Amino acid sequence: MTRATVDGNEAAASVAYRLSEVCCIYPITPSSPMAELADEWSSRGRANVWGAIPAVVEMQSEGGAAGSLHGALQGGALGTTFTASQGLLLMIPNMYKIAGELTAAVFHVAARSLAAQGLSIFGDHSDVMAVRQTGFGLLSSASVQEAHDLALVAHAASLRARVPFVHFFDGFRTSHELNTLELLEDDDLRALIPAELVREHRARALSPERPCVRGTAQNPDVYFQARETVNPFYARVPEIVEHAMRGVEERTGRRYGLVDYSGDPEAERALVVMGSGGQTARETVAYLQERGERVGVAQVRLFRPFPAASLARALPVTVRRLAVLDRTKEPGSLGEPLFLDVLAALSESHADAGRQRMPDVIGGRYGLSSKEFTPGMVAGVLQELAREQPRRRFTVGINDDVSRTSLPYDGSLDIEPPETTRAVFFGLGSDGTVGANKSTIKILGDAEGLYAQGYFVYDSKKSGSQTVSHLRFGPRPICAPYLVSEASFVGCHQFGLLERDEVLERAAPGATLLLNSPRPAEHVWDAFSRPVQEKLLAKAIELYVIDAGRIAREAGLAGRTNTVLQTCYFAISGVLEPARAVELVKAQIAKTYARRGAEVVERNQAAVERALENLHRVELPHAARATREPAPVVPKSAPEFVRTVTAAMMAGHGDDLPVSALPVDGTYPSGTTQYEKRNISEDVAVWDEELCIQCGNCSFVCPHSVIRSRYYHPSLLQGAPAGFRSAALNAPGLPDTRYTLQVYVEDCTGCGLCVEACPVSAGGDPDHRAINLAKREPLLAAERERIAFFEGLPAADRSRVDFGTVRGTQFLEPLFEFSGACAGCGETPYLKLISQLFGDRMVVANATGCSSIYGANLPTTPWTTGPDGRGPAWSNSLFEDNAEFGLGLRLAADRHTELARARLAELREELGADLVDDILEAPQLRESELREQRERLAELERRLQSLAGPTVADLRSVLDHLIRRSVWIVGGDGWAYDIGSGGLDHVLASGRDVNVLVLDTEVYSNTGGQMSKATPLGAVAKFAAAGKTMPTKDLALQAIALANVYVARVAMGADPQQTLTALREAEAYDGPSLVIAYSHCIAHGYEMRDGLDQQYRAVASGHWPLIRYDPLLRESGANPFLLDSPRPRMAVAEYRKGELRFRALANANPPEAERLLALAQHIAELRWETYEEMATRGPHEFPVDARRER
Amino acid sequence: MELATRYMGLELRNPLVASASPLSYTLEGIRRLADAGVGAVVLFSLFEEQVRAQAVQNAELVDTPAESFGEALDYLPAVAKEDPGPSGYLRLLEEAAATAGVPVIASLNGVTPGGWTQYARAMQDAGAVAIELNVYYLPASPQTPAREVEQRHVEVLEHVKAAVSVPVAVKLGPWFSSPAEMALRLDKAGADALVLFNRFLQPDIDPETLTVTPTVTLSSRAEARLPRAWIALLRGRVHAALAATTGVEEPADLAAYLLAGADVVMSASALLRHGPEHARVLLDGLTAWMEAKGFDAVDEFRGKLAVRRGADESALERAGYVSALRAANAGAYALR
Repeated sequence: MTRATVDGNEAAASVAYRLSEVCCIYPITPSSPMAELADEWSSRGRANVWGAIPAVVEMQSEGGAAGSLHGALQGGALGTTFTASQGLLLMIPNMYKIAGELTAAVFHVAARSLAAQGLSIFGDHSDVMAVRQTGFGLLSSASVQEAHDLALVAHAASLRARVPFVHFFDGFRTSHELNTLELLEDDDLRALIPAELVREHRARALSPERPCVRGTAQNPDVYFQARETVNPFYARVPEIVEHAMRGVEERTGRRYGLVDYSGDPEAERALVVMGSGGQTARETVAYLQERGERVGVAQVRLFRPFPAASLARALPVTVRRLAVLDRTKEPGSLGEPLFLDVLAALSESHADAGRQRMPDVIGGRYGLSSKEFTPGMVAGVLQELAREQPRRRFTVGINDDVSRTSLPYDGSLDIEPPETTRAVFFGLGSDGTVGANKSTIKILGDAEGLYAQGYFVYDSKKSGSQTVSHLRFGPRPICAPYLVSEASFVGCHQFGLLERDEVLERAAPGATLLLNSPRPAEHVWDAFSRPVQEKLLAKAIELYVIDAGRIAREAGLAGRTNTVLQTCYFAISGVLEPARAVELVKAQIAKTYARRGAEVVERNQAAVERALENLHRVELPHAARATREPAPVVPKSAPEFVRTVTAAMMAGHGDDLPVSALPVDGTYPSGTTQYEKRNISEDVAVWDEELCIQCGNCSFVCPHSVIRSRYYHPSLLQGAPAGFRSAALNAPGLPDTRYTLQVYVEDCTGCGLCVEACPVSAGGDPDHRAINLAKREPLLAAERERIAFFEGLPAADRSRVDFGTVRGTQFLEPLFEFSGACAGCGETPYLKLISQLFGDRMVVANATGCSSIYGANLPTTPWTTGPDGRGPAWSNSLFEDNAEFGLGLRLAADRHTELARARLAELREELGADLVDDILEAPQLRESELREQRERLAELERRLQSLAGPTVADLRSVLDHLIRRSVWIVGGDGWAYDIGSGGLDHVLASGRDVNVLVLDTEVYSNTGGQMSKATPLGAVAKFAAAGKTMPTKDLALQAIALANVYVARVAMGADPQQTLTALREAEAYDGPSLVIAYSHCIAHGYEMRDGLDQQYRAVASGHWPLIRYDPLLRESGANPFLLDSPRPRMAVAEYRKGELRFRALANANPPEAERLLALAQHIAELRWETYEEMATRGPHEFPVDARRER
Repeated sequence: MELATRYMGLELRNPLVASASPLSYTLEGIRRLADAGVGAVVLFSLFEEQVRAQAVQNAELVDTPAESFGEALDYLPAVAKEDPGPSGYLRLLEEAAATAGVPVIASLNGVTPGGWTQYARAMQDAGAVAIELNVYYLPASPQTPAREVEQRHVEVLEHVKAAVSVPVAVKLGPWFSSPAEMALRLDKAGADALVLFNRFLQPDIDPETLTVTPTVTLSSRAEARLPRAWIALLRGRVHAALAATTGVEEPADLAAYLLAGADVVMSASALLRHGPEHARVLLDGLTAWMEAKGFDAVDEFRGKLAVRRGADESALERAGYVSALRAANAGAYALR
């Protein structure tokens, strides 16, 4: 038997892949790694158990994946898919079909929450419970080993029963948990999948040789009866699943039941639970049983068809009280699904006299969205059962102070065996902490007689993100699917993180703390705040420090401190003998990085060798002497919600927030990133006022809105803090005016795009620009004061700012700021720009993806308000429906604008004809006109105060629609080109005034670089590992074909002025507009600092020609198609050579790379010719806009 | 007219070899050199440092954003995580060796013992008829003893010789206290040829921008005298073949090197300056000169003006050598 340490996704995918001929997939968290592994194996030529390489096909949506899988199954292939959450919901229509046709198939699901009041990527059973009615079997795995074994059971049972299965396990908790397991060999798989069943499945395929009709339309006479034909098949399923489980047991010794009971055979109180929580419950029950409690737990594995008899058999007849735990919520129901089924099963069992005593059954919810489910909570539920009158319905794990459903529990209950070593590590994503811990787990998991577990908690931010790794090792398999709370070892891989409460809270008394410290050992104590010193002393922590950053830098590893700290962990923790550990770490490095090249291996190994000599023990003094208290999480001036709720989430105490603290409908205040000063970059931008020409380029491109400009009268400089920078404004017509460009250093990510965008440099020092990067720390205190002063300076009067120039826009307040997007993000500058231009009257429909995550991931969100309190109103519906959602916002706005105008007209006499007429006739195109309209509305509101009645009330309720509303539909290329393509097409064809902004990174960015239809020919991406062989879809031309759509393709880094012009024209156009914006991305594989340069190259090579198509020009007798970029002046190869997504193919398969490059060059030339021809046509060669032509 | 030449046991159609330069970056460039008539092509140098740096850069691009965000544990497919190694170079070498129609010699600049041997073996496998070791090593540290620098050359050669079966040439710089002794040590260590000399690229300073600029200056004719002197001196004193490089601008320079005792003469600067087709001009000029001088084969005059064996041991002979060189140079001038 081969042991391995893998996560749940790999465990399941390994079986699914080997038992499939076709995998139809679509990426969705947390199931994406299953699909990616399948694709990787397929691209490397790994065979299934029948010696063939499965076809892995990425579709445009989960709906598409289910449809193509349905087809593949009807074609006789064995097929699978991997999905979660909304993806599974999109598959429902096909699931009914697949099941209705009695087709063997398995969907592997990393079970995840559904988007309701908010989206969540984390795990619970909401999604799988939403498909329990489809006719699919539902099989639940509780651990990584089970995800492996029951994957086989699902495939075997499905084939034999002809009932399709959803095999699911808990998203993240199981899908992303690394654990030691024993692998099923191909022979094990073959043994359970008889060839004759495969051939029978094949024989049911559609074939012209034995033609049939499947999928008829049925009428009232037969549909009902036909629906009942399947009953015998479902009746056989439990037995077939048990048969398959026995098959696994015979080959591996691992025993599974449909419902497995553990605990006291004469238990009085018991639980029923499904999924990973079953492990926690089982271990806790064993712990309580040892302490004399008569308790038990039944873990349900088969949920559909519900194994009522097995459940009744499994639960001891002695059970008087039973609690059923559901990891989902069904508002308005009598109870959650598992509870209802258990209740019905036991009730029938009792009624049929098979069971003597009907236990008292209560039902509760736990663990939604990966909420921790701990032994304390299990004990709390069992304790509730011991009460005289247990609550019929309950929740556990939260504080429900609204409906009073939550049970009390002892959060400190620790049941873990003493021989289990527990460790937690706090680091940054970029320092490699998680990678090192995964390596540690592999090392220890491979060691004879040792079992390992790892679970990793990631940040909700994409830049400067923090990670927490939870590791366990022990001589027995680790069955603890919850976070480590009492760690004997704490690694703090970033000095600043020590101030986070969680770091020392997770340390057990007497634990060892390894701190990565740039300060020498003798000075480290004095650098701690008072609470840190006190906690270290209170817990009698053994402290070690090492300057891992220095060692890593000296070894040429930049900020990658992972291998240094990993070595120290081994040395201090005693898990392995130090010399042996060094040897093993080096061997693991050689193995892990073998494909990365010798240099990478050698540098890491050198760092390992130098680690231990630089490790120092720090003797703690007897008393805390620091006076420094940690800074408050948010300033006292923050709004109450931010101080009480947001701040708690920021501090890592979100779990402690009671139900009453949270909004009831998912509505949160705007503009909260301003309170989260993350200080994530050591280097920040600094302005040189002497050199600056005030062009505004730096501010324009800043992805994080940290560069702000204001101009003001010199007298306002009175009282300016020392060193406050200003220069004479160099704009004509404004003499005696000062100009300040202020960098918000605490929010700067140090991406350097501003430096690259700066057009001036110092004589004699070409590297010194008018904006440069410098160390943050020495600047911080002074800059805080300067920022405060700067914010007191008046913002520019919008009606006096030149919206038409890049230079002018720097004076418009950004209403999108300090997002958690990647440092140097290529998308956010566009969002910031539209927020500056139209933010005070815009609503945003945002497709799920990067822009919805950095746009609205709690705790803090970047869309904000201006000085007048107005700002973008933002919402995310789903991924696939965003264009439609935005259209709905437009329809509502149009309707309410009509209503407002009608009511206003009705009140013309009372309100004054002049005012009403002016309001109704206002053009509202220029900013000055908008300001005048705002003034009129203010006057209108004043006059309305003296009026009353239903018409007045009506008018008041829609008054805001008398300002021209700007509806923006925002999303990435995955949405626009793939999953939302149909909707986008329809909305663009609607003729309605919506503005679509496609942030085109040419790849699915948020889920980690999967191919979209925007991915260029010859680029590698996930699902296009061999290089994409289809050219990019020309979305612009498609939209132009609709005749009345304003279309632009822009690239800020190539031509910021064209970007600005296009966005303004698009917004002003009274009809649908589509702006496709080139957005550089970390998934392209180059330094983000070079993003603007790559944008320039994309345009200069003809890869991304800049165009505008303005139907209004056609009306005025001009050619509506404008080609804004010059004829390509460099080869496509010149653009591509800087990006790893293209270079990777040249490395892996040079002839193919050359072939595809030549084709890409040819396509770029052909497209240019097409555009050039279009740009030289007469206006009459373009179709007219039927809405306007009369 | 017989121009055929033996170099490290290789049969070349003539003694003009295109030395490592950007001309051989592409298959097209190599073919143009071959079509222009060169006897062999030395491919541009594979720099181990660059190969390694690229791998490190790729790893950083892949690793830095990874494992940071729950939805995307990485952003590029597995194929992007792989070290490209010297695959591009080897592929060009393989194609050139198969299709160029002239012997292709690979040029290697390593930095580690493992790199030297691993890449040399890969070059041999890709079809290189020989390997030229470009020991481009600048002892920038003032603490580096001269002997250590010398020893490094020898060790690199020994490592590579042990790893491959094809002939191995060493291209070395002139900055040894005793270049001849260095040559003898390399000869003894098994060098199949010595290529004299490597030109170290010396960065320039731009007073206008106050910056240091990396510059590549093409060699000039006058620079040929230094290698020619040492070739003349080493002729007959080493078993290794002698290759001259630097300052071959005109046919006369080719003739002069051969007279001094070079087995082959390499050119890069002139071919870069005038295009690969300039090789034909050099060869035609050499033939014309041989006709004028009444030589039927290059072997008839190769080393004719070399320092006779033992001559360097006495001042008298040195004087003769000086006059011989003078004569050689005069001959070259006469050709104009």
